[in-house]
Amino acid sequence: MAIDKDTVRHVALLARLELSEEELERYARELSAVLDYVTQLRDLGLAEEEPLAYVNDAFPPAREDRARPSPISRAEALSQAPASDGTYFLVPPVVEYLEP
Amino acid sequence: MTPHWKKSAGAIAREVAAQPGTASAVLEAHLERISAWDPSVHALLARDEQGARAKAKAARGGPLAGVPFVAKDNLCTRGVPTTCGSKILEPYVPPYDATVIARLAAAGAVLVAKANCDEFAMGSSTENSAFGTSRNPYDLTRVPGGSSGGSAVATATGMAAFALGSETGGSVRQPASFTNLVGLKPTYGRLSRYGLVAFGSSLDQIGIFARTVADCALVFAVAAGPDENDMTTRPDGAFSLDGLDLSPGAGKGLTVGVPRNILKEGLDPEVAAAQVAAEEALGRAGVRVKEVHLVPPAACVATYYLIATAEASSNLARFDGVRYGYRASDATDLLALYTKTRGRGFGPEVTRRILLGTFALSAGYYDAYYRLALQARRRIREDLAAALDGVDALLLPTSPTPPFAIGEKAQDPLAMYLSDIFTIGANLAGVPALNVPCSFTGSGLPIGVQLVGAAAAEGTLFRLGAALEGAIGGERRWPELPS
Repeated sequence: MAIDKDTVRHVALLARLELSEEELERYARELSAVLDYVTQLRDLGLAEEEPLAYVNDAFPPAREDRARPSPISRAEALSQAPASDGTYFLVPPVVEYLEP
Repeated sequence: MTPHWKKSAGAIAREVAAQPGTASAVLEAHLERISAWDPSVHALLARDEQGARAKAKAARGGPLAGVPFVAKDNLCTRGVPTTCGSKILEPYVPPYDATVIARLAAAGAVLVAKANCDEFAMGSSTENSAFGTSRNPYDLTRVPGGSSGGSAVATATGMAAFALGSETGGSVRQPASFTNLVGLKPTYGRLSRYGLVAFGSSLDQIGIFARTVADCALVFAVAAGPDENDMTTRPDGAFSLDGLDLSPGAGKGLTVGVPRNILKEGLDPEVAAAQVAAEEALGRAGVRVKEVHLVPPAACVATYYLIATAEASSNLARFDGVRYGYRASDATDLLALYTKTRGRGFGPEVTRRILLGTFALSAGYYDAYYRLALQARRRIREDLAAALDGVDALLLPTSPTPPFAIGEKAQDPLAMYLSDIFTIGANLAGVPALNVPCSFTGSGLPIGVQLVGAAAAEGTLFRLGAALEGAIGGERRWPELPS
């Protein structure tokens, strides 16, 4: 199946990726080639086959739900953040501030 | 006297246990190999000489006492930068160790450095690393394979006695076959993935590079087993060396199946000859060889590139410029923070796979692509189980070609994907597989073959691998240091 530049633009927004016009064109071409390749699966006659998402037949038994102290301190957890105030991760404003 | 860097992990551990002072000398010998080799092959990213020297000095006992190793750069190492070969994790210094790293350290092993890899383990050559391509030590114009290429190169050149890599579709076995190494992809759930940066969670497994089957089994026994921090680990996943026969006669009475129907075309002639040589060698070791049938492996590649990309698109959503790594500095709202950070931070192959996976999961396409791939996955698993019925393992080439030239497939994603054609089935089915060095091409490039077994059959694979190793025999052919 061929996918066009606008489809790639839509998918890129879903995936939160900013791409140039040139990149959109290139990925449309490359993804179309891969999607053509995968259509061979339609020849395997899989309509009756049950989907398999996880290879182990059973999930391991659930463990006891108990809190444990984290081996990582707050300072360590925040130490890798591009921006923090020592208590929280900082991001640009998410909601608009309105004067009361 | 054998130089320390040529010694096996088992031999080093025994010497260090007998004489703890030797661990420092062992480490220095490996650090010298790094200085001599790495400028030519670029196997390593962050190094931790200081930490390694302290650990070597403290090494006393344990099954891996004083054994220097490297870990693929998608394994978290406390205090040592971990980039996954990506600019989006530059800089990232994990505040914790992956479970496998902690287990190896507890057994006395000494982490020396992090190894280069394709960005987020996506690739088959290391050409997708944001920090430059690793080179094959047997021919510097060729790739070492990937995605765990740096781990392979470090082990093949004696920079490390063994290495950790990871596999989603062949990323340990293929580089092992390209660099004359034993490479294990364990059963899904036998090694904890806590601290492994996730790519395709239903496929990912940590793998082991070693120069001998015995070393591979030794490291596996230390690292395997359930982990409270990874709920996908198997409760019965531990592995014991007790009673494991790794003598050249260890394969006597076992049977391997060869899927001849998929080896008729598309195979490099020297790889085809290596497969025949492996069958004959196993025959000499008392192993029966039988013909079996498998579905054409192109279906595995198609299935894999839908499932792995779908899972990657979800797993890689966490790289958003908020909690760690790179953040675009010019974003003034949250959406732009995400799109700019991710648009600039991810390289082309990672972007391509996120787009493909997002597409395959998106409204209107889910049934036609993702669901179809899950149906194919069940068929592939059943087909592999049927082929394994009545044999102890399958024997087939690891890669359809010897190591290819740097740049040869870099511009053609599909051609690169097809280099995993023989390895992907084991990942889709969750079963173990072991690359064993087999022969060299006329121009001196390594060729490996793989043994694929049923779930939890690592012990059988080690026995067969040791039989093959013994039957091929001879001195190890080390790569020659470029002058």
